[in-house]
Amino acid sequence: MKIKAPDTVTFTKSGFCPGCGHGLAVRLIAEVMEEMGLSDKLLTVVDVACGSLNIESWKFDTVLAAHGRPLPVAVGIQKVRKDNPVVAYIGDGAAYSIGMAETMHCALRNDNILTIVINNSLYGMTGGQCAPTSLPGQVTTSTPHGKDPKKAGMPFKVEDAFGGFESIAYLARGSMTDAANMNKSKKMLRKAFDKHMAGQGFCLVELLSPCPTNLGLPPLANIDWIADEMMKYFPLGEFRGGA
Amino acid sequence: MAKVLMKGNDALAEAALAAGCRFYSGYPITPQTEILEYLSWRMDEVGGEFIQAESELAGINMVHGAAAAGARAFTTSSGPGFSLKQEGISYLAAADLPAVVVDVMRIGTGLGDISLGQGDYWQLTRGGGHGDYRTLVLAPASVQESVDLMIASFDLAEKYLHPVLIASDAAIGQMIEAVEIPEAVEHDIDQFEWSIKGCKAGTEPRKVQNIYYHHPDYEGFLTNKYAEMEANEQRYEAFEVEDAEIVLVAYGISSRICREVVDVGRAQGVKIGLIRPITLWPFPIKAFELAKSAKAFLTIEMSILGQMVDDVRLAIGDACPVDHYGSIFEIPETDGVLQAAIAFLNKVKGEV
Repeated sequence: MKIKAPDTVTFTKSGFCPGCGHGLAVRLIAEVMEEMGLSDKLLTVVDVACGSLNIESWKFDTVLAAHGRPLPVAVGIQKVRKDNPVVAYIGDGAAYSIGMAETMHCALRNDNILTIVINNSLYGMTGGQCAPTSLPGQVTTSTPHGKDPKKAGMPFKVEDAFGGFESIAYLARGSMTDAANMNKSKKMLRKAFDKHMAGQGFCLVELLSPCPTNLGLPPLANIDWIADEMMKYFPLGEFRGGA
Repeated sequence: MAKVLMKGNDALAEAALAAGCRFYSGYPITPQTEILEYLSWRMDEVGGEFIQAESELAGINMVHGAAAAGARAFTTSSGPGFSLKQEGISYLAAADLPAVVVDVMRIGTGLGDISLGQGDYWQLTRGGGHGDYRTLVLAPASVQESVDLMIASFDLAEKYLHPVLIASDAAIGQMIEAVEIPEAVEHDIDQFEWSIKGCKAGTEPRKVQNIYYHHPDYEGFLTNKYAEMEANEQRYEAFEVEDAEIVLVAYGISSRICREVVDVGRAQGVKIGLIRPITLWPFPIKAFELAKSAKAFLTIEMSILGQMVDDVRLAIGDACPVDHYGSIFEIPETDGVLQAAIAFLNKVKGEV
C-alpha cells in the first residue's frame, strides 16, 4: 500500500514544533480536498497564531486575518466567491475568546463557511497561557498555580453554546490522537465540506490537538493526556447535523 | 443622468454602487446610519452583498475578505465605531489591499455626541491603527463631492493597492443637495492576479498577508509607495489666495463657511483667502506655495484643540504665524470667523 500526502502539502518551511497537531490537520484537509476534487478551489483564512504557519504548509490560496477575525474575513470571501469552498482555520483562543462574538454571529446568521477549530487547551503562539478551553487545575504560564474555575470559569464547550442553534449545518468534535480518531475526524471534515458545498450553512469542526511544547509533555504523553484528561471535558461526537 | 436631490449619506452609498462596488458590511451608528439603511435594500437591487455586521470589527474584517477575493468593498462608520475599524485598516494597509472606509465624523472623544464635528483628523491622517502606515484621506465638502470622491476612492485604492478613507461629517452626510451620479461601471473580480480565487495545481498559491513577510525590499517599497502618493495625489481648492494676507485653511463643512467668509471679507477690503484641502493625507502642501503674500494662516476646524493646524505648521515651517479657530457643537459662524481672522492678522502685523 502506497501512502502519499496530497500535492497540496508542502513539507517545506514548516515552523510547527515536533508533535504539534497542526500538521495533522493540514494533511486531513488536503486529503479531503483531494478526494472531493476541490484542491484548486479551496480558499482559506488563517489566524495570526500557530495556525498562520499553514500558509507555508499547504498550497491553497490563503488570507492571513487578524487575531479572532478569520470568520468575518471568510464571510467576506464567500459572499464574493460563492462557488469556492471557504475555510476559516483558527485556534481555540481565536474562536472562543477574542473572536467569540464573530463565531457566535456567523453561527447565528448560519453563514455558509466552514470553521475548523484546533483546540489544544491553551494559547500556543504566545507560549502557553490559559485559554477558555484550559482544564481546571491546568498549569499554564498565566495560571502558574493551576487554572481556578472560580476565577477563570470552566472549560468552554462549543456544543453547550452553539448546540441550540437549530439552523446551523454541522457541529462536531474530533480528536487527532490516534489512527482511529484521525479517520473519524477526517469523516467529520468530509461531512462538513459536503454540507458546505451544498450551501447548507455554518459548519464547525473542533479538533483536539496536541501541543507538547507548551504543555511540557513528550508527544506521546500529550496524546495520553488528551485522551485521559481533555476528553473528560470535551467529548467527541456530532452535535448538529450528524444524522 | 439628470440631477436629483439626495442626502449626502444616500448619495455616497449610491456612488459606491456606480463605482462597481458590490460588497458592503456595516453597523449602525449616527450620523452614518443612512448609508447602511440605503444599501440594505439598494444592494439587493443591483445584485450585491449587504451584511449588517455584529460589530464594526466584524464589518471591517468582512471587507478585508471581500477585498482579498477581488471585489470592490467598503464599510462606513463614525467616531466610536471608526475607532473599532482601525484594527482592520491596519491589516488592509499591511496586506496591500484596496478597500474604502468612510468616517462620517461626529463630535467628541469617547462616546462624544451625534452632532457634527471634525475631531477625527489626527486619527484619519496619522494611520489610526497600530504600525507604520498612512492612508489616503479624501474630504468632501458637498453632496456632489461625496459622490465624486467616493468613486475616485476605489480607483485610488486599486492604483496604490491601499485602503482609502473618506472623511465626511454629520453636516455633509445629512444635508440634501442636487447631485448627479455618473453612469455605473462594472468591476471584474478576476482582474487582479493577486486576489484569491483558487490555486491551480503546479502554480504557487496566493498569500494575502503582511507583505513585509516576503517583500525583498520592504523598506524601499514602503518608502516609495508613500512618496508616490505624496507626490501625485495632493488635491485642494484655493480661493483668492495669491494676494491674501490672511489665509484660512478649512475642509469639509467648515470650508463652506470659510468660502463665505472670504466673500464677505473681500467685500470689506480684507485681503483674505482660503485653502481647502480635499486630500487630508497627503496634505496639499503644494497649495501653500500659491499663498505668496500670506502673513498668517488660520485653520477653521470643528475641534477644540486644533488638529489640522499641525499640518499647516509642517507645510509652511517658520514662514509666518499659524493659529487655529476651533468650535464644538456648532458650526463656526461667518462673522465670528472673519473677526477672528482680522484680529489674528492685526496681531501678526503688530508683531512684525
